[in-house]
Amino acid sequence: MRLKTTLLLLLPAIGLIFLFMVIPMLISLLYSFMTANVYGGVTMPLTVDAYVQMLFDQDFSGNLTFMPDYLWIMLRSFYLAVATTVLSLALGFPVAWYIMCQSPARRTLLLTLVTLPFWINTLIRTYCWILLLRDSGLVNGFLQYLGLIDHPLPLLYNQPAVLLGLVYTFLPFMVLPIYATLERLDPRLVEAAYDLYASRWRLFRRVIWPLTKPGIAAGTVLVFAPALGSFLQPDMLGGGKQLLIGSLIEMQFTSSRNWPFGSALAILVTAAVILALILQSRRTKAMEARA
Amino acid sequence: MNVADAVMLSVSGDRTLPEPAPKPLIEISDVEKIFGGGEIRALSDINIAINECEFFTLLGPSGCGKTTLLRMIAGFEHPSSGNIMLAGKDVLSLPPRARSVNMVFQNYALFPHLSVAQNIAFGLEMLNWSKFEISERVAEVLALVRLESFRSRKPAQLSGGQQQRVALARALAPRPQVLLLDEPLSALDLKLRKEMQFELKQLQRETGVTFVLVTHDQEEALAMSDRLVVMSAGRVQQLGTPQEIYGKPANRFVADFIGEANLIPGGLLGRRRDVTLSIRPERIEIATVSSFVKLYGVLKAATFLGADTLMEIEAGGIVVRARLRGAQMAAPGSEIGLCWPDDAEWELRE
Ligand SMILES: Nc1ncnc2c1ncn2[C@@H]1O[C@H](COP(=O)(O)OP(=O)(O)O)[C@@H](O)[C@H]1O
Ligand SMILES: [Mg+2]
Repeated sequence: MRLKTTLLLLLPAIGLIFLFMVIPMLISLLYSFMTANVYGGVTMPLTVDAYVQMLFDQDFSGNLTFMPDYLWIMLRSFYLAVATTVLSLALGFPVAWYIMCQSPARRTLLLTLVTLPFWINTLIRTYCWILLLRDSGLVNGFLQYLGLIDHPLPLLYNQPAVLLGLVYTFLPFMVLPIYATLERLDPRLVEAAYDLYASRWRLFRRVIWPLTKPGIAAGTVLVFAPALGSFLQPDMLGGGKQLLIGSLIEMQFTSSRNWPFGSALAILVTAAVILALILQSRRTKAMEARA
Repeated sequence: MNVADAVMLSVSGDRTLPEPAPKPLIEISDVEKIFGGGEIRALSDINIAINECEFFTLLGPSGCGKTTLLRMIAGFEHPSSGNIMLAGKDVLSLPPRARSVNMVFQNYALFPHLSVAQNIAFGLEMLNWSKFEISERVAEVLALVRLESFRSRKPAQLSGGQQQRVALARALAPRPQVLLLDEPLSALDLKLRKEMQFELKQLQRETGVTFVLVTHDQEEALAMSDRLVVMSAGRVQQLGTPQEIYGKPANRFVADFIGEANLIPGGLLGRRRDVTLSIRPERIEIATVSSFVKLYGVLKAATFLGADTLMEIEAGGIVVRARLRGAQMAAPGSEIGLCWPDDAEWELRE
């Protein structure tokens, strides 16, 4: 009886996930093994060309030569996603800690401020960064006005700009889960550590960090996964020079009209994220087993 | 007397030295605490000296400021005015980690991610003891609280009483000068509480560390303390040994709060009208000879409690409670005469 009710209550959620996640993924999987139609879309026959294409160049006679271009894109994407995650953690933890130390009224205010960017479209927010960073933008204008520089600094259309955009976009996803675990931390544990002669650093290292690991893990996944598949920030702030896997996928469905290849790349990203999640949960389980 | 003292004596001649007064380890002078920008007056006019090797208790009803005072000694609160000295040194400017004082928190505050042994080692590691010293000391205090076989368990795998003992061991491990305990037994059930009272007292004797205990349970305070202070509304009501406080309460509040007391207006006994007499129920007897009777009354109720019988007697508009040994045969409604030895009377002047 209980089980039936539980299943019934879960049905809408399961249905949604099935409809909007499982089915599209199955379609992607299917498409990735089909042949590209020159006008977009896919046709028969079934083939593994899309996967071969990731690493090899195929000439008209069918000879394969190793081509690392796409591999570089993947590695760069991975590197940027990792860098985004690390920077978000380094910036997000202090922010979460600071918010937790405030009075309840201020906490609510600050948390609202953290989530405020969600109310504005990402496209618009990213465009605002262009206005800030371009040669005739606010930052360069201000520095020139102060006389600190003669020529505008190249702030836009490079990798740091992409990283900035990514960190800016995904930072709240790091702050919120960490804040949630910090808030549940018993303040008496902090007092107990101080009472037992801990310095601030050792309090952090020995008590706060280990006890907030679940929040950090959640934040890491929430930042890493979307950062890996992002295309808006690389396109707009990287000026298309910094091709990332997200942009590459997007291109396959638009200008390149190679749906199977786009699907194969999407499957690859999904697999990478799922692998990261599995490793993460294994580590958590191992930690709990030791506990 | 050690050699140095003997030399001193011979140099300074054969004057006999006076018996040294117990040395105050903690001196709290004129301490006052005001919270919330002047609205809440948590403590006023606190003057307490706590001696070395003493089991000292802060006793009072909830909200009287006991925890605040304890946290001041630990360094988690700062007095609004006044001074606190520890071993002759002003500690007001020192943070908790610079005071050789450890605290047993009310909910124990054990680190959930660390094992029993790691919890106990925590303070020692922070003090940069060597690995060898740490493992020796951890084994020593584990034995002290009889938890040797639980060393690798996590706090969540322990019962309340065991967690309590880990908290004690953790706080005692760095050999503090003072151990502070904030209602350490209130979360335990009655039987365990009685056991732990005994254990705490024994632990204090064995270690020779000064214990400062906070409790709202007067029985606990009387049973365990060398000396105690009774507090109410942020003020010291009385400071003394359990015997002094029980036998010679300073005022109505103390007489009422500590044990049971009959507060009898002096007028009723032919004394001055401005005094109140405090008489403990167990000192009152039923007079067998009418010339002994100090107060006549009408028996309202008699409750048999096993070892004693509790009688409620109405006399001159007040109800006097008397605790008599064994079963008593008086019927409600009958008039009885009460008597007590002269030294059972204690005059309150407030
Ligand atoms: N941080 C604080 N802010 C404001 N008021 C406080 C604070 N801590 C304690 N108080 C107040 O001080 C008084 C004494 O509290 P406390 O020392 O906890 O009493 P006890 O431990 O005797 O129950 C109470 O009225 C309490 O509300
Ligand atoms: Mg308290």
